[in-house]
Amino acid sequence: MTTVAGALTTVKRRPLLLRRPTKTTGAFSWFTTIDHKKIGIMYCATAMLFFLVGGLEALLIRLQLAGPNGTVVTAAQYNELFTMHGTTMVFLVGMPMAVGIANYFVPIMIGARDVAFPRLNAFGFYVVVAGGIFLYSSWIPGINGVPNGGWFGYTPLTDTPLTAGFLPGRGPDFWTVGVVMLGIGSTTSAINFIVTILNLRAPGMTLMRMPVFVWMMLVVAFLTVFAMPIITVALIMVFFDRNYGSLFFQASAGADPLLYQHLFWLFGHPEVYILILPGMGIVSEILPVFSRKPLFGYSVVVFSGIAIGFLGWGVWAHHMFATGLGPVAISAFGVSTMLIAVPTGVKIFNWLSTVWRGAVRLTTAMLFALGFIAMFTIGGLSGVLHSVVPSDTQQTDTYFVVAHFHYVLFGGLLFGVFGGFYYWLPKVYGRMLDERVGKINFWTMLIGFNLTFFPMHFVGLYGMPRRTYRYDAGLGWDAWNLVETIGAFVIAVSTLIFLANIIVSIMLKRGAVAGDDPWDGRTLEWTTTSPPPDYNFADIPEIEGRDAHWHHKYTEDEEGRLMPLPSGGAAAAAEGDGHHDGIHMPSPSIYPLITGLGLLPLGYAAVYHSFAWLGVGVVVLLYGLYAWAIEPGTEPDESDHGGGAPARVPEPVH
Amino acid sequence: MATIEQTTEIGAPAHRGASPGHDPHATATGVPNTKLAMWIFLASDCLFFGAFIATYLLYRGRDKVGPGPKELFDIPFTSATSFILLMSSLTMVLALAAIQRGDERRLRIWLLATALLGATFIAGQVFEFTEFNHEGLNLNTNLFGSTFFILTGFHGAHVTAGIIWLMSLWGMASQGRLKQGDSEKVEIAGLYWHFVDVVWIVIFTVIYLVPQPAAPGGG
Amino acid sequence: MRLQRTRRELHTRWWIPALATLALVLTACSTESGPENRQNPLRPKGEYAEKIDDLFGPVFWVSVVIGVLVVAATVLVAVKFRTRKGEDVRPKQTHGSTPLEIGWTILPAVILLAVAVPTVSTIFSLDEEPINPVEVTAVAKQWWWQFDYPRDDNGKKVVTANDMHIPVDRDVLVTLTACDESLPNTVGTETPGCNVLHSFWVPELAGKRDVVPGRENQLKIRADEEGVYVGQCAEYCGLSHANMKFRVIAQSESEYQAWLEAQRADAEVALDDSSDVEELFTAKFQCTNCHTSEDSSLSTYGPNLTHFASREVFASGYYELTRERLIEWLLDAPSLIPMQSDDCRLGSPGSVEGAICVGMPSFTKNPPEGADGQRFPAMKHEEAEILADYLLSLT
Repeated sequence: MTTVAGALTTVKRRPLLLRRPTKTTGAFSWFTTIDHKKIGIMYCATAMLFFLVGGLEALLIRLQLAGPNGTVVTAAQYNELFTMHGTTMVFLVGMPMAVGIANYFVPIMIGARDVAFPRLNAFGFYVVVAGGIFLYSSWIPGINGVPNGGWFGYTPLTDTPLTAGFLPGRGPDFWTVGVVMLGIGSTTSAINFIVTILNLRAPGMTLMRMPVFVWMMLVVAFLTVFAMPIITVALIMVFFDRNYGSLFFQASAGADPLLYQHLFWLFGHPEVYILILPGMGIVSEILPVFSRKPLFGYSVVVFSGIAIGFLGWGVWAHHMFATGLGPVAISAFGVSTMLIAVPTGVKIFNWLSTVWRGAVRLTTAMLFALGFIAMFTIGGLSGVLHSVVPSDTQQTDTYFVVAHFHYVLFGGLLFGVFGGFYYWLPKVYGRMLDERVGKINFWTMLIGFNLTFFPMHFVGLYGMPRRTYRYDAGLGWDAWNLVETIGAFVIAVSTLIFLANIIVSIMLKRGAVAGDDPWDGRTLEWTTTSPPPDYNFADIPEIEGRDAHWHHKYTEDEEGRLMPLPSGGAAAAAEGDGHHDGIHMPSPSIYPLITGLGLLPLGYAAVYHSFAWLGVGVVVLLYGLYAWAIEPGTEPDESDHGGGAPARVPEPVH
Repeated sequence: MATIEQTTEIGAPAHRGASPGHDPHATATGVPNTKLAMWIFLASDCLFFGAFIATYLLYRGRDKVGPGPKELFDIPFTSATSFILLMSSLTMVLALAAIQRGDERRLRIWLLATALLGATFIAGQVFEFTEFNHEGLNLNTNLFGSTFFILTGFHGAHVTAGIIWLMSLWGMASQGRLKQGDSEKVEIAGLYWHFVDVVWIVIFTVIYLVPQPAAPGGG
Repeated sequence: MRLQRTRRELHTRWWIPALATLALVLTACSTESGPENRQNPLRPKGEYAEKIDDLFGPVFWVSVVIGVLVVAATVLVAVKFRTRKGEDVRPKQTHGSTPLEIGWTILPAVILLAVAVPTVSTIFSLDEEPINPVEVTAVAKQWWWQFDYPRDDNGKKVVTANDMHIPVDRDVLVTLTACDESLPNTVGTETPGCNVLHSFWVPELAGKRDVVPGRENQLKIRADEEGVYVGQCAEYCGLSHANMKFRVIAQSESEYQAWLEAQRADAEVALDDSSDVEELFTAKFQCTNCHTSEDSSLSTYGPNLTHFASREVFASGYYELTRERLIEWLLDAPSLIPMQSDDCRLGSPGSVEGAICVGMPSFTKNPPEGADGQRFPAMKHEEAEILADYLLSLT
C-alpha cells in the first residue's frame, strides 16, 4: 500500500475518534480493510463457511429421510433444519458468494481501482456477517428461537402471536429480523455495484464493451435494490403481527394472508434471478477463454440477461398456482413464465455456439461451466413443466420442485461459482489449483449432485410432498430416497476435495505459480499481476474493444482466424511499473465494522423488546456513523506526493 | 439506511488516481457517485413505501370493527402539518442555494429552519397518534389501525432520520466545516428530504383525501 | 503452425458417463407411472386428474427430448472440439449470427406456444362448473382434516374426520376452509377463528388447492373407480405437517348414501351418566373439552368422535385404526404424532391467555392442565383400555 501517511498528521485529532488505521498487512488489517479485493475474499470465505453449515444441515435432512419413518431428528428439529438450510443457502451462501466474486473482480474487469464507496462496501459485508451471527445465535441453548417457519415464512403460520401456539418459540422473530439485516447488507452492496459499474469504468470501457459477468452483476444489483424493500416490508408486517398485535395477515380481522405470498414472491422471484444471473455471468467468462473464441452473440447474451431481469418481475404468482387465484390470473402467469424460458434458451444456444468449433481446453473451470449448461438446462426444463399450470398443481410442494430449484441453484449458480473459483483463484492468490484434483472434484460433484437431485424428480412425480420429516414405508419412495442420501454424501466428499485442493495448492503454496495470465484470458483482470496490487492497475487502462486483454495479444487474419500479435503476450499491460507511488488508495477504517456490528444489538433489542440492547445498539450505531463521517481521509490536500505518471481520470462516455 | 448514504463519501478521498487539477468527481456517467447512489437508494425506498401503501389500499374498508378513519381524522389539522412539511422543502432549497453561493450564515439558518419545520411535522404526528390512541385506535384494533400506524410511522421515522441528518449538517456548518465546495453534501441531504416530502404527499392523498368507506361498528 | 484442425478419433470413454446418464433416465422413465401407492399423480383415477396427466405427459416427453439433446450437445461440443495440451489450434473467431439468434429465439417460442394453448384450455376446462355435485366442506385443522357434509332437512350437518367418503362417477365440490367456529378467535372480532395455510391434495383424483384462511377456495374432484385414495396436506403447516394425511373413500352411490345416513344418526352407544367411561371421558380426562361422542353434527376443536369406529384411520390420518394403536395414542399421543401440547392449558381453546394446546396432549408424560388449572393425573393403562373400548364401540 502506498498511502501517504504524512497527510494524517495535519488533521487535528478529535475526541473519541480512533486513529485511522494505516496498516494494510497483518491479521488485524482484515478487520479494517476497505480494499474491495480483501472484502471479496472475506465474502467468499464467509459464504463458504455457511455453505459447509448449510450442507451439514442438508446431510442431517438426508439422513433423516434415508429411510421411511426416520428418527435421526425430531419433527421440530427437522422443521428447523429445512428452514435454516434454505435461509442459509439463499441469503448466506448464494448471495454473498456472488457478491464476493463480483467484489473482487467487477472493479478490475472495468479497469477501476476500487468500488465507488469502499467503506460502505465493508459495512455491507459486516452487516451480512452480523445477520449470519444473529440467525445462528438462535441455536444457542436457552434461546428457543431457531427459525422454523420455512425460508418462505408463510403467514399466518409465522405471524400468529406466540399465544396461539402455531410456531412455539422465537423462531420467526429471529428469522424476520435476521433476514431484514441481510437485506440491508445486500442493498448497500447493490447500490455500490451500480454506482461502481456505471461511474468507474475506465476510459473506453463503454457499456457494450463490459464483460458479461459485469453486466449480469449490474442487472443483479438493480434486482436487489428493487426486490429487497418489498420483502423488508413483508417481514416488518410479520414482525409487528407477532410482537405488537397488528393484524396484517390475520384472516379473522378481515386481512388476506395471501398478501404476504404476493409480497414475498414479488421479492422471491427476482431473488431467483439474483442468484442465477451471476452464475450465467461467470460461465459467459469461462467458456470463451477455454474455447479460444469470443462469446457468441455477446449483445444477445447481455440483452437476454436484461430481459430475464425485467420478465422476472412478472412471474411471481407462478409460486401460487395452487392458492386459488382464478383461471385468468393463473393463465397469464403461466404464459409469462413460459415466456421467460425464451431468453434463457437463447443464452444456452449462444454458450453452446461459443464452444462450437473452438479450441476447447477441458480444464476444471471449463468442465464446471459445461456442467452448468447441462444441469441448468435440466432445471430450466423442469421449470417449464411448472409453467404448465394444471400439472404444476400436482407438482408444487413436492420433491419435483425441490429437484427443479436445486438443478437451477446448485447445478446452476454453484457449478458456476466452483468454475469461477478454479478460473479466478489463481489470479487472487497467484497459485494454480491442482487440475487433477480439480477434475476429481468436478466428476464427484457432478455424480453426487445427480444422484442426490435426479431421483427427487421421480419421488416428486410419485407424490412425495416436501417439508415432511417422515414418510411411510411402502409408498415406492424408499429406494430413491436412499440413493439421494448417498448422493448427498458424495457431494460432501467432493466439497472436502475442493477444500483440500485450496488448502494444499494455495494455503500451503504447493500449487504452480500462476503468472499474470495463466489461462490466456480475455478480460482486464489478466493484464495485472496475480495477485493484483492494492491499486489494481498502475495505469488505468484505455479500452479499445470488448475482451480488452485479448486485443493486447491477438488479432484476426483475413479469414477471421486467431492471429497472435507479433509483440505478443501481456507485455503491453506490464508497463508503467514503478510509477505507482502517486496512487492514493483510501486508508483502512474500523468504522464499517463497528457500524455493521451495531445492528446486532439492535436485532436482539427487537426480538427481546429490550431497551438495554436498544441503548447499546443505538450508541454503537451512532458512534460508528458519526466517526465514519468525520474520519479524516488520507488524500493529500494540496500536492501530489508521488510525482509519478499521473493516473488518468475516467472520461465521461457521453 | 439513509444516514449511511449520507456519510458514505464524507472524508473518503477521491482515490481513482485523480491527480491535482482534475475534478475528483469526474465519473463515467458525469453524475457524482454520491448523487447517483442517493437516487438509487430513493428508487429502492419507493418500493418500500409502495409496498406499505399497496397494503393500506388493499385493506381499506375491510375492517370488521371500528373506529375507522371517518371517526378519527382531523383533516384541517393534518393539512396544516402537511403544509408545514411542504414548506420545509422550500427552506431546503434555500439552504442549498445558500451554500452554492457560499453564504454560510444563511445556510445555517435555512438548515435549522428545515429541521425545525420537520420537527413540527413530527410533533403533529405524535399528537395525532396520541389522539387516535385515546379514541381507541391501536395497532391491534383493526386493519386500519395496523396499516395506518405502520405506514405513517415508518414515514415519520424517515423524517426523523432526515432531521438528525440536517442537524448534523447544521452542526458541521456551525463549526465552519461546510464550505461552498461541500454543496454536494447539502444537495444529497436535500434529495432525501424532498423525497420524504413527496412520499408524504402521496400518503396524505391516499390516506386522508381519498373518500373513506365507512367502517362497520363505527359511528 | 497448423491453421486447420486435425481430425481426431473420439475417445469412447467420454461417452460412458453420458450413456450411463441416458440409461438411468430411460430406465427410470420406462417405469413411468411409478409405484401403486394410492397417492401417485401419474396414476390418475378420476377425470380431473386424468386431464392433468394428459397435459403433463406430452410436455414432459418434449422436455425430456430437449433435455437429452442439449445435454448431448454439451458433451458433443466439449469432446469434438477438445484440444490436446500444448496444441496450438486457432479457431475462426465467430462473434455471432443474426439469423441463428432469430432462429433460436423463435424456435423455443413456437414450442412454448404449442404448450401454452393446451395449458390454458385445460385451466379453463378444470374451472368449469361441476355438474350436480356432492358438496363437502373440508376444514383444515392442526393437523387433521374435518369433513362437513351438507345439512339435512332438520338443519343438521354431518361432521367427520380423516376419512372422506364420496360417491364414484360423480363430481364432488370440496369447499376448503381454515376457519371454523370451533377455533379460537385471537383478534377480538366476532368471526370464526382461523388457523394456518394448508393444501388439500388427493393426487390420484385432482391437483392440489390451498386452504387459505379468510378465503373459500373450491376444488372439483372425481373418482372413476371405487377405492381408497390417500390425500395429504401439501402446504407446510407447522410441527406435524408431515403427518397430516387423510383418506378419500370412493363408494357406489348407494353405499355412499347409506354411509351418510349412518353418520347422521346419533351415537348408538350413548354415555351412561354413572358408567366408568363417563367418569373417565368427561370428568377425569375432560375429553369433552375438545371432542364430542354424542352429536355428529358438531364441529369441535378435536375430531368429532360420534362415529369414530367407522373410520379407517385416526391420529392425523397417519395411522390405521387398531385397538393397540388407540391405547398407545390415548396414553401418549405426542409420541405418535408430534404436537405442541407441552405446558399448555387444556380445555380453553377460545382463550388467548397462555399457550393453547395444539393437538392431543400426553396423559402419561407431563399431563396438561385442565380448565380448572389443575394438572391431570397420569392415565393408567386400564383406563386407556376402557376408553379405547368405548371409542371402538362408536360405529
